[in-house]
Order: sequence, then structure tokens, then C-alpha cells
Amino acid sequence: MGASKVCSECGYHARLTAKERLAMTIDKDSLIELNADMTSKNPMGFENYETKILEIQKQTGLKDAVVTGECTIKTKPCVIAVMDSHFMMASMGSVVGEKITRAFEYAVEKDLPVIIFTASGGARMQEGIVSLMQMAKTSAAVKRHSDKGLLYITVLTDPTTGGVTASFASLGDIIIAEPKVLVGFAGRRVIEDTIRQRLPDDFQSAEFLLQHGFVDMIVARKNMRRTLSKLLRHHGYAGKTKAQ
Amino acid sequence: MASGLTAWEKREIIRHKNRPTVKDYIPAIFKDFYELHGDRFCGDDHAIYGGIGSFKGIPVTVIAQVKGRNLEENKDTNFAMPHPEGYRKALRLAQQAEKFHRPVIFLIDTPGAFCGIAAEQRGQGEAIARNLLMLSTLKTPIISIVLGEGGSGGALALGVCDELAMLENALYSVVAPRSFANILWKDPSREKEAAQAMKMTAEDLIALGIAEEMIPEPAGGAHNNVELMIEYISDYIEKTLGKLCTQPIEKLLESRYHKFRKIGEFAE
Repeated sequence: MGASKVCSECGYHARLTAKERLAMTIDKDSLIELNADMTSKNPMGFENYETKILEIQKQTGLKDAVVTGECTIKTKPCVIAVMDSHFMMASMGSVVGEKITRAFEYAVEKDLPVIIFTASGGARMQEGIVSLMQMAKTSAAVKRHSDKGLLYITVLTDPTTGGVTASFASLGDIIIAEPKVLVGFAGRRVIEDTIRQRLPDDFQSAEFLLQHGFVDMIVARKNMRRTLSKLLRHHGYAGKTKAQ
Repeated sequence: MASGLTAWEKREIIRHKNRPTVKDYIPAIFKDFYELHGDRFCGDDHAIYGGIGSFKGIPVTVIAQVKGRNLEENKDTNFAMPHPEGYRKALRLAQQAEKFHRPVIFLIDTPGAFCGIAAEQRGQGEAIARNLLMLSTLKTPIISIVLGEGGSGGALALGVCDELAMLENALYSVVAPRSFANILWKDPSREKEAAQAMKMTAEDLIALGIAEEMIPEPAGGAHNNVELMIEYISDYIEKTLGKLCTQPIEKLLESRYHKFRKIGEFAE
């Protein structure tokens, strides 16, 4: 595997950190990060949650599971959010919900498109019902952005499941998936336990979603930056010249 | 007014075999109720029951999850676990209500959205997400009432509203206590402890600013006096419709956005 972390034998797209994803997607040094210091509290008073957060912050160098900001892609401006599965499986709690919501509100204010690289194991269990409500909060923010006629592109990466699939990840004007990624609502084991049979290997893959009409296109990592740039272009977002 | 029961004790009450369901409530609360079927895409999901009726002279759209009262009914309604077409039927009826300026009343009672092959093939995640998106700006008042079980995203898909009420013993949570214990402690047998830690009762949700009101239940639970329960629910709907229907729609939608916008705890 090279820097793009794609297996040259099987085409498997390995999971990236938010940092790696940004480096291969956006223009160098173009990121103006938003709400970089936002960090989790403990709304349910769940035992050891704060300690666990601190530990993972130390391990990953991240404050929580999503990085958001304004950037350019081949000089075209956009708001970007990248979820990082290395941080508690990119589960959605207050911080993820708030940062995604603010990203959309910022884009509304500045008339910018939004691109989100999704990845998530679902709701952040330790934040209980508060994490569930982030689904409604983020979806309402998507609606306001959409009602202003602005573009929202989702890129589904491995794995995108649960409450993130059942909210903003499924609501892009254009939905892209990386090859062979896992995307679904319910976990595979939960379904197998419910129906008491083994599921086919390609169940809930990007290809499965494409076949069933829930994804617009599957785009390999090496073509992602170019594809996003062209799609931005098709929606009237022109690049700036160097002189500007 | 609070009974002081634990989440686990309330769970016993809402699982009582005589617990009233929407099939008891709807005919008693809404006059001349006509059921409307189907999502216009794929099918008619019996886990979701919806239609038009009259509430004290006001036409309303009612959309509900249907717990069965026996095994046969439960087989028909899939134990109140909707498929995507159920959520799409709910959205269709809500949008129809918007067109004709009828308030929407959602009655929530589900363990969750169904987890299965067909549900994934037909986009369970997309169906729930679409409801969250569209209901956030639906131009008519929306009341959601959790009657018993409010299970996760499958409940929230009928829970984007101007006011959320919970019956006194109802529970609303991100996941079932057993799954919670399994995920966080790798020990499903600690479900009782999980139920407590999860803060899933009406009192908890009001304290967290997620629910607005608790509808009292007759002593010992709704099954002990169904007539009285019907009266309490009707009183709540009358009071709340009166309040919501007099607001200009722009103001209502702004408040609805902020009802969810404010939820979350973080430091910066």
C-alpha cells in the first residue's frame, strides 16, 4: 500500500485518519479549521467517559471524531468535514453533532457548498439520548443549507453505519462511496441475529448500495479530488487564480 | 407528581400484556377516523398506522406505531418495527397534512426500526434520514407523544416535532438497555443497571430539555384505567394544539429548529 492506502492487489481502500484524508483531498495549507478545540462533556454522567475521551485524545491527537473547516479543492472553495474512525469509531455525540451543524450554518452564511467524508459506528452510546438527538439536529441544518440552493456532497467511507447513515450521510444532493466500503443502518451481526442466517459477503457494500439506488457513484480514492473538483465546477464554483 | 419508579420498573409497566395501544386510543380520541394506506412506492407497512380524524372538531393527521395486543396482531405489525416503506408512508401522510393545513400527531411506540435484509435493500437509513430532514420544516404543527417504548432512530423518525410529550411510564432511548450493556460493558446481563444509567424516563428527558411534558398515567399504569388515560391524552392534545395552532408558521419552524439545535453538551 502506498500513501493512498489502497491495496494494489485487491483494491481495498484502508481507513484513513482525518489528517491523511485532508492531505490527499484539499489544496495544501488551505484549511481554516472551525471549532478545533471543541471537546466532549458528559451529559449522562457516564462512568469513566471523561477519562476515556482524554485517553483517546492523547492517542489520536484529535479532540473528537470530526474535523471541520473551510478549504479549497483545486482552488474551489467549500466547507469540509472529515470523520475519523480512529476516534471512538467516529461515533456521533454532542461534539460531532454540533460541529457538523455549525459547518452547515457557516456554509449557509458564506454561500458555500459542503462536502462530508462520513465514517461512523453510529451514536455515541455514552451520551445516550443526547447523541440520538444529534441526528435530528444535523438533518435540520442540512435542510436549511439545501433550502438556500446550496450543494451538499457526501462521500461514504468505511464504515458508515447507524445514526450517521440515518441522518446527514444519506442526505447529500450527490452521494459518492469509496469502493467496497461498508455502509448500512443496522449492524451485520444484529441482522444475522434477527433473521438467523448468514448474510452474503457483499451485503451493505458500496456496490450493494449502488445496485439498490442509494448511491450516485463509486469513486476510487485516486480519482476523488478530481471528481469533487469537477462536481463543484458543475455547480458554479469557479476556482480562483493564483493572483487572488 | 412523579411516581419515583426506576426505569426498570417503568419498563415492566409498559410491557404489561394489557397495556393499551394505539388501537385503543385512536378510536376513542379521534372521531370519524379513516385509515390511509401505503407509501406509493413499494407497499403498506402495518407497523405504521395513519389516517385522518377529527379532534374536537379540528381535522388532524394521526401517524402511529402499532404494538400488537397478541401474537397474531404482532405478526401483522412486525412488533411495531417499521420497514422503510413505513417511514415513507408516515412522511407521505405528514406532507399531505401540510398541504391541507392539518396538525400532525405522531404516536410513538416502537422497539426500533426493523433490522433485516429487505430493510437495508430499501434504504432504512435513507428513509429515517429523509423524515428527519423533511419534518424539520413541515409547515404545520407537529406533536409527538411517546406512549410506551421510544426505541432509537426508529422512534425519532416520528419524533421531529414542536412538542414532545411522554406518558409517565414511557421510555425513550438511543438503544435498548440490553444492547447498551453489551456494547459498553460487554455484558448484556447488566441491562437493569444500563436502564438506570441511560436516563430514559420522562423525568430524565424533561430534565435534559428533550421532552416538554409528562402525561400522567392512572395509578399503577395506563392499563389500570384506560378511560382515564384517554382523557389525559386528550387533555394534553387539546391544550397543546391550542397553543401551537395560534402561532405564525415561521415562528413555529424557528422554534422547532432551536428545539433540536440546543441539544448537546460540549466545551470550547
